[in-house]
Amino acid sequence: MALLLSVLEQGMIYGILALGVYITYKILDFPDLTVDGSFPFGAAITVRIISKLGLPALLSLPIAFLGGAFVGMCTGLIHVKLKVRDLLSGIVMMTGLYTINLFVAGSGYVPIFNMDNIFDNDLVNGIFKGGLYQFKTVIIIFVITMAAKYLLDWYMSTKSGFLLRAVGDNDTIVTSLGVDKGLVKIVGLSIANGLVSLSGCIYAQQQRSFEISIGTGAVVIGLASVIIGTSLLKKVTFLRVTASVIIGSIIYKACVALAMFAGIGANAIKLITAILFLIILIISKDKKKAE
Amino acid sequence: MLELKNISKNYNPGSVNELLLFEDFSLRVEDGQFVSVVGSNGSGKTSMLNVICGSIDIDAGQILIGDADISKQKDFVRHRRIGRVYQDPSKGTCPAMTILENLSLADNKGRKYNLKKGVNKARINDYKELLKPLNMGLEDRLSVKVGALSGGQRQALSLLMATMTPIDFLILDEHTAALDPKTAEIIMELTDRIVKEKHVTTIMVTHNLRYAVEYGDRLIMMHEGKAILDKSGDEKKNIDTEEIMSIFNRISVECGN
Repeated sequence: MALLLSVLEQGMIYGILALGVYITYKILDFPDLTVDGSFPFGAAITVRIISKLGLPALLSLPIAFLGGAFVGMCTGLIHVKLKVRDLLSGIVMMTGLYTINLFVAGSGYVPIFNMDNIFDNDLVNGIFKGGLYQFKTVIIIFVITMAAKYLLDWYMSTKSGFLLRAVGDNDTIVTSLGVDKGLVKIVGLSIANGLVSLSGCIYAQQQRSFEISIGTGAVVIGLASVIIGTSLLKKVTFLRVTASVIIGSIIYKACVALAMFAGIGANAIKLITAILFLIILIISKDKKKAE
Repeated sequence: MLELKNISKNYNPGSVNELLLFEDFSLRVEDGQFVSVVGSNGSGKTSMLNVICGSIDIDAGQILIGDADISKQKDFVRHRRIGRVYQDPSKGTCPAMTILENLSLADNKGRKYNLKKGVNKARINDYKELLKPLNMGLEDRLSVKVGALSGGQRQALSLLMATMTPIDFLILDEHTAALDPKTAEIIMELTDRIVKEKHVTTIMVTHNLRYAVEYGDRLIMMHEGKAILDKSGDEKKNIDTEEIMSIFNRISVECGN
């Protein structure tokens, strides 16, 4: 039971990250490595808010989103205005963010045990009593993840969202419509990294700590989730792609949990991640945008 | 009125790969004119469209609309008053989006792309009316993704999308070249109808001499960055296809194709 809950919790938290990666990888066709920096950035902002600033934990959600959006905007500006290649723009930001994350959080490891957070405060503890108590974390994560999903679905159905979909699909048409395609890309990268940072924010609170190393490989987890979600669940037509991506993330976390359960040590987790990712790539034959 | 004034464009000057595209090239297109442009490969006809649309920068010269010089304007700014259809049918539409979404996207050109609903349901009937004359049955397939359509269907849609909002210029870049002859004919007839209906100033680059002779009220033949033939009005109407053909063949042979 505890294992199942943990898989669901982490799967949905990383599901939000996967929504961000979905925007860059699938919609914008932009291999965005900023994610490895913006995920811990959200976590760093969060522990700062909770442990140093003493602000209400709920505020960490919008602030982390905005922080991530700013970081994404920087990646976009580097790529669009300074004409640096997409992959390299992400690497520049990812590398720089490592130091910024240490600075924001205060150190490489910041525990926030016994402090109020979105899963543990008077209001939440008042609502989730008795038998419901053990499910409070998964329920809260579910609510936030669904909110993120429906907000993204809504955005994608707006005029601005149409442009975002168009720019990845065929950027010539965005120019033809009299719109600066660079600007659309920057907006897309902002939203994507905002979601990634939000995911990091929730992750830090679920773990009750910030660790600088959580960023390493975050983009791989996101990519794996997106590819599982979009290729495995392609035939399931009643699911929106955003839902598929979140489910993909849960499936991915379940696979990792199974590997751990089978007795592979925690030290091997990155290797497991890499091998799993490779297997997923081979099975899904995702040759980038092969529609 | 659109005027290209003393345009020069030189690629890689001073190197072995130097390519002089235009030297002191000038062209004046009156409002409402439908200009067909033919020419050999590398004659600069598509480059001329790219110069007008801002897809390539120029080294010297002016691009005037009325009295205003637009040569410093970014491409996307210029496209606000230009409708453009490309040779590749996939360039004018978004394959992963539905017909309805594509039309809605194009319908909003010139207005803000904000957080209002992308599809305006009140316009659906207008879109259907727009699609009906194509006789392609697209009006009943609004929720089909454009990627699933044939090249001809996509090109017809591109043409509608490029011209559904008010524009000052229509730029057609060999827009029938990638289609089979029958479909090309349909698209060409549709083009002619739209140009006549909207009285929009049009520049059409084509490989097809017959189209250039048959459609439009002015014919320009380009060769090595110059307009070597320019006929309009009665001259254009009474044009001798044989004569045009022989000139065209001569310059094509010179180019080795």
